[in-house]
Amino acid sequence: MTTKRRPHILVTGAAGALAQQVINRLRKTCDLVAVDFREQVYLGDDIPSYCIDFNKRVFEDLFRRYEFDGVIHLGRILSSQLTRMRRYNANVLGTQKLLDLSQKYGIRRIIVLSTYHVYGAVAYNPALIDESAPLKSVGLSADLVDSVELENLANIYLWRYPELNITILRPCNIVGPGVRNSMSSLLGSERAPVLAGFSPMMQFIHIDDMADAIVLAWHKPTKGVFNVAPQDWVAYQHALKLCGCKRIPLPSIPPVVPKMISRVLNLRSFPPYLLGFFKYPVIIDGRAFANEFEFMPKRPLKEIFYYYKNNKKPV
Amino acid sequence: MSLASLLKSRLVPAELAAQIDRIRKPIGSLGYDPWGYNNEAVKYGFSFTRQIYEKYFRVQADGVDNVPAEGPVLIIANHSGQLPLDGLLIGYALASRKDKPRMPRAMIERFFPTVPWLGNLLNEMGAVLGDPVNCAKMLENDEAVIVFPEGIRGSGKLYRDRYQLKRFGNGFMHLAMQYNATIVPVGVVGCEETIPAIANIKPLANVLGVPYVPVALPVIFPAKVHLNFGPPMHFDNTEIPEERVTERVEAVKAEISRLIDKGLSERKRLF
Repeated sequence: MTTKRRPHILVTGAAGALAQQVINRLRKTCDLVAVDFREQVYLGDDIPSYCIDFNKRVFEDLFRRYEFDGVIHLGRILSSQLTRMRRYNANVLGTQKLLDLSQKYGIRRIIVLSTYHVYGAVAYNPALIDESAPLKSVGLSADLVDSVELENLANIYLWRYPELNITILRPCNIVGPGVRNSMSSLLGSERAPVLAGFSPMMQFIHIDDMADAIVLAWHKPTKGVFNVAPQDWVAYQHALKLCGCKRIPLPSIPPVVPKMISRVLNLRSFPPYLLGFFKYPVIIDGRAFANEFEFMPKRPLKEIFYYYKNNKKPV
Repeated sequence: MSLASLLKSRLVPAELAAQIDRIRKPIGSLGYDPWGYNNEAVKYGFSFTRQIYEKYFRVQADGVDNVPAEGPVLIIANHSGQLPLDGLLIGYALASRKDKPRMPRAMIERFFPTVPWLGNLLNEMGAVLGDPVNCAKMLENDEAVIVFPEGIRGSGKLYRDRYQLKRFGNGFMHLAMQYNATIVPVGVVGCEETIPAIANIKPLANVLGVPYVPVALPVIFPAKVHLNFGPPMHFDNTEIPEERVTERVEAVKAEISRLIDKGLSERKRLF
């Protein structure tokens, strides 16, 4: 008698809180292997964990050894981390290597985590941007080029190798316990900078909901690009207020002034190339994903902000 | 009682707040919609607009019941008076009507979101960046949308060109056909006299990045405003060449022209 083989999945970005949430949801039903370029994390005896640069040859050994069925690529380096060049190497060239190996070793399902930053923050953005909108961020900042390039690569592989079943997810701001991105740092701080006279609409998704979304995507191999965002919206400054942050207004015009302040003070969670997102709304339409994967976020905005209000300086 | 709630009780009468709450909007858990409309901010705006609507411009609105109580609607009007006061007054007329009020959305110039404070304020009051995608998504949400097809050609025109309709874009007709939206034409009379401009300093406008810089007195005159809402118009969504779409647009334009003439003939005096 033969038992059904459990799916083998490679999860990248294992040191991040989101990957760990996804791993916890899938470990009962799947055999997981975790990798991260930053550090080796212990995820239990049942999950092999590696600290590997995707561009090194040893990375291929993992594909040989574990015979993966799927890849969940959450290991995108955030635009606030590392230098532009290292980020390009890891995000673009590293992802290309990952996709090449996936194709070579017959992977049948790939989920790539992108970001809503690819749409770019410009004054003329309509609200409820859908997946077919142009990715304007590449023309706005060289620091966001790697995010767009990563997506372009995934898109090329999506059409060239349909058998890979690639799904690209573009989530709004992922926040919640353990999240270390710039938005989470701002909501969790005592004082947060704002651009005077600008309080753009924003969307936030709780890390648990985002992990649920990724697991739903894993279970249904629908190819394509999908925004992931709840049907709820709040103005940035209102969100800070609800998180108990004191707002520090920076002069907003001319635009070069706040950029200079951010650069001089080295504001890591309010970097010059993301300032547009604190000025103009980038509201994405997550309905296509919600309908296709029957996704319904469970954690309301108030719960998210309540967490930050009571946990200043989170991890 | 906190200062905020004290101010609110003074500025926003309870019956007015109830009027806003009666108008159902597809908003999220914190009172916002995707375009930045905010139910609480609207109450202040509504209270302020009531003063200028009733006391300053003494608006006379006829046929406001021609706007259907539900479903997608495009309210098409002539644009005038340098500032978007006409949109504000049409919006208030519809939001304050006794029977089945609606809170319409106004499409605004692309320049406004770049202005600190003002851009956010307009969004909170329901104004939306004038982009076809925004208009389409709002019609999908069964909203009533105020559109000025003349755009800045209309609002920036000089006093000597008053009540002459400028070229209408065809975009609104395509959206109305695609989303099966009812068109309600409106003739606005009086806004032309609020900020009469004798010239436009184009080079300065280019330097400042604004649509126009009018030469006018720095005052808004209290002209009496007449709003005439015409009977609803429906256009089917058959595949037709652009020429036929333009003919349909011209039909709406002619109806607005008729409504303006009606308002001008009804007007007893300028102020």
